[in-house]
Amino acid sequence: MKIKDHNELFQQKEYIEQFERKKEFENCPSDEEVNKIAEWTKTEEYKELNFKRQHIKINPAKACQPLGAIFCASGFEGTMPFIQGAQGCVAYFRSHLSRHFKEPFAAISTSMTEDAAVFGGLHNMIEGLENAYTLYKPKMLAVSTTCMTEVIGDDLNAFIKQAREKGVIPEDLLVPFAHTPSFVGSYITGYDNMLKGILSKITSGKKAEQNDKINFIMGFNTYTGDYFELKRLMNMLGVKYTILADVSNIFDSPNTGEYKLYPGGTPLDDTIDSINSMATFALQKYSTQKTMEYIAKQWNHKTAVATPIGIKNTDSFFDDICSIAGRQIPKEIEDERGRAVDAMIDSHPYVHGKRFALVGDPDILIGLVSFLMEMGGIPVHIVCTIGDKKFEEDMNNLLNSSPFGVEGKVYIGKDMWHLRSLMFTEPVDLLIGNSYAKFLWGDTGTPLVRIGFPLFDRHHLHRYPIIGYQGVINLVNWIVNTILDEMDRKTMNTTSFDVIR
Amino acid sequence: MSTAIKDTQKMIEEVLDAYPEKTKKDRAKHLAANDPSGQCGSCQVKSNVKSRPGVMTVRGCAYAGAKGVVWGPVKDQITISHGPIGCGQYSWWSRRNYYNGKTGIDTFGTMHITTDFQEKDIVYGGDKGLYAAIHELKELFPLAKGIGILSECPVGLIGDDIEAVAKKTAKELGIPVVPVRCEGFRGVSQSLGHHIANDTIRDYVLGKGKMEQETPYDVALIGDYNIGGDAWASRKMLEEMGLRVIAQWTGDASINEMGIANKAKVNLIHCYRSMNYICRHMEETYGIPWVEFNFFGPTKIYQSIRKIASYFDDKIKENAEKIIEKYKPMMDSVIEHFKPRLEGKKVMLYVGGLRPRHTIGAYEDLGMEVVASGYEFGHNDDYKRTYPDMKEGAVIMDDATLYELEEFTRRLRPDMVGSGIKEKYSYHKMGVPFRQMHSWDYSGPYHGFDGFAVFARDMDMTVNSPTWDLIRRKK
Repeated sequence: MKIKDHNELFQQKEYIEQFERKKEFENCPSDEEVNKIAEWTKTEEYKELNFKRQHIKINPAKACQPLGAIFCASGFEGTMPFIQGAQGCVAYFRSHLSRHFKEPFAAISTSMTEDAAVFGGLHNMIEGLENAYTLYKPKMLAVSTTCMTEVIGDDLNAFIKQAREKGVIPEDLLVPFAHTPSFVGSYITGYDNMLKGILSKITSGKKAEQNDKINFIMGFNTYTGDYFELKRLMNMLGVKYTILADVSNIFDSPNTGEYKLYPGGTPLDDTIDSINSMATFALQKYSTQKTMEYIAKQWNHKTAVATPIGIKNTDSFFDDICSIAGRQIPKEIEDERGRAVDAMIDSHPYVHGKRFALVGDPDILIGLVSFLMEMGGIPVHIVCTIGDKKFEEDMNNLLNSSPFGVEGKVYIGKDMWHLRSLMFTEPVDLLIGNSYAKFLWGDTGTPLVRIGFPLFDRHHLHRYPIIGYQGVINLVNWIVNTILDEMDRKTMNTTSFDVIR
Repeated sequence: MSTAIKDTQKMIEEVLDAYPEKTKKDRAKHLAANDPSGQCGSCQVKSNVKSRPGVMTVRGCAYAGAKGVVWGPVKDQITISHGPIGCGQYSWWSRRNYYNGKTGIDTFGTMHITTDFQEKDIVYGGDKGLYAAIHELKELFPLAKGIGILSECPVGLIGDDIEAVAKKTAKELGIPVVPVRCEGFRGVSQSLGHHIANDTIRDYVLGKGKMEQETPYDVALIGDYNIGGDAWASRKMLEEMGLRVIAQWTGDASINEMGIANKAKVNLIHCYRSMNYICRHMEETYGIPWVEFNFFGPTKIYQSIRKIASYFDDKIKENAEKIIEKYKPMMDSVIEHFKPRLEGKKVMLYVGGLRPRHTIGAYEDLGMEVVASGYEFGHNDDYKRTYPDMKEGAVIMDDATLYELEEFTRRLRPDMVGSGIKEKYSYHKMGVPFRQMHSWDYSGPYHGFDGFAVFARDMDMTVNSPTWDLIRRKK
């Protein structure tokens, strides 16, 4: 039976006519007026006006601290993210993560309402801890906050202490906490704060003899494929490791016909013992700054930061790991490198000289720009809503390191409406960004390669690694085949509709 | 008391056993065995009260109700998420309130616009920034017909005066600037946000629109958010009946339509929960009668068409019969095709707004039975409208928790569950066929004749997908 849904229904004549009739009541501007303004928004004049704005964000690539905090918290064994604050926030965080990963995500809120705003959230915290502990039996409750809690100034430490004194949770239940106000930083800050909160709390007093493990911190990395890839590579290298906040099984759990509330995460014993590892390695910089600072100061072991996206970055990542762990790169990994480079060489004619606009988070942008320049691509507009001055400086240094970087300009604190102006006044060939960047694709016709977070409108992309040499092959695949698809679409009715490319 | 009711009550008690004493006592008031007759005193659930902390409620907040549901879909207004960055980000085009227009030029529905509060705004207040933001927006978007200020939690806590900013800027710019006090900590759920939004429609836009001429057949379509094109499918039927839909609230709505509904002869309301307030206001102030209707599934559609027609003259009544006659063969063929595949299947629903009761008839048209239903943010009047539509002993849930939903599913063994995105993937893991009944799982429309075919197709693919059988390896 042929059934038409919204994709076809509303293109039908009867609906098109309905839409015309509806205009009588809409008091909408004329087509001429709309077209005139539409053309004006593409001009240099509009761009200047757009860049003048100081007080409003339009289509920003940014979300708030607690999202990053609960993402991080979920990555530990038996841990329930517990948000002291209003319940709507938690409903939003859970929806947001589920829409990206297509996975369930559990998190607790203390449902603070007007009375808590007046009297503080102590009662909510105590009852919330009791209910959450009794009902969902967590091994750890990782507490973060919403903006409401931060504005009224709830004292988490004191509240948790009182809950213990009242006996609603056991004396030895792990309840680390972090203050994560939404009006400071973004989800990468929240990730950092929560991780530091958890590690500092549960490793406290556990310093013993150093072992031969390496800790890895992935940062606010939403590619579950990256976690599995890192484990595979470390197993190949023979390095013993602990991934701190290992969210891989949380956001990519096997379907067994049984719903598990706690499907994975870093074992708590390993987390406690992470203070005794020989080194800690962060795979993102901007989302781990406070945690890495804390570890460097307190844990008395080596620390390193490198994001292995692209060939050179992956090379130096392996150099660092091998030097810390005293290992040689095995032939299998050298072979993987060879295959990745081979793929880049095979595809380079389609990427060389192509101009790119990018929007996303700082660590991923640094990795992608480096990779694109390795292939002869030209990064032009680089928009990072949540980037800071340090990121701007790092990105400029990277751009200055390659002749392909000369056109690149980095925009921190800007949003996708700024990028729209840039893409109209200085068009590019390809756009890289999250699902919301599809509106830029729609407006400017520039094809979109979906890399980043959130990815709502394509399935499974997060399952593929973007780190390591395997990650390079995935990036080449997505980018070159988007270019070829677009080439086919544009040449479909010409002689250039080639079968061999 | 019947055995069906007793059995269900026993099951509910078992489920409640896991709670700490105080919470157990509270939750017991929100779960009941259905008694369609309304005789059984203990079968009425308590509703619209605070969720218990720590139980994992599915509910959202007042901002979600005001911005996400009511004001967000108004297409030619710029809706500012006023406060920190998150709320606007997480509610960005997630409800699929379809609209026609050129986004960023004369319409703004798929955009996320926010004042992105920083610490200095919390300390010194956000009013100055808001004032400047509104001017910046009007410069960049000269065709905007209105601006909405949708407050997030901190705005109310730090004592900002957004009403003053709205008043000043409305005067300066000559368009409505609507301050909406929908801070997330207000009320107990989305529901208060709907009410607050309704009140601002009343105070800032209603009665201020332009309409050239009136006819005796003017109606307003209220409480249809055009999810996946729902309102368009409903409008098509109303127009075929000979009615003139002068305003669509708020799916694909324009500010002008928000301003002329008071000129309707009858207000037709689909989602009672979110917009009954404004219908009552228009009844009291303008004497406009309002009628609740249900455009899910042919049985309810036929009843509703006749009910709506009863407010008009014979011409409309005749048209009502004509369109029933016209579409009945199409509806019958949909049922004939899908009913054999769905007959006898049990459905559990946990949704919001109108769906926990309004979709029951559509499932029944396909031979399915709703064995449990519940509302995230329903009130007493919603439940009163639900009891008669459910079988005796069915489970009624108010503000259910993740734990309860999982337990009821284990015990009732429904063949499919209809709920939201937060519930969807835990059901996938359980191997229970699942359909999102907020967003139609990115399908739709589900309203009207055109929508029922899509609904039937979607329920079939949910229940009868071969993927469910792959979970356990066949020996």
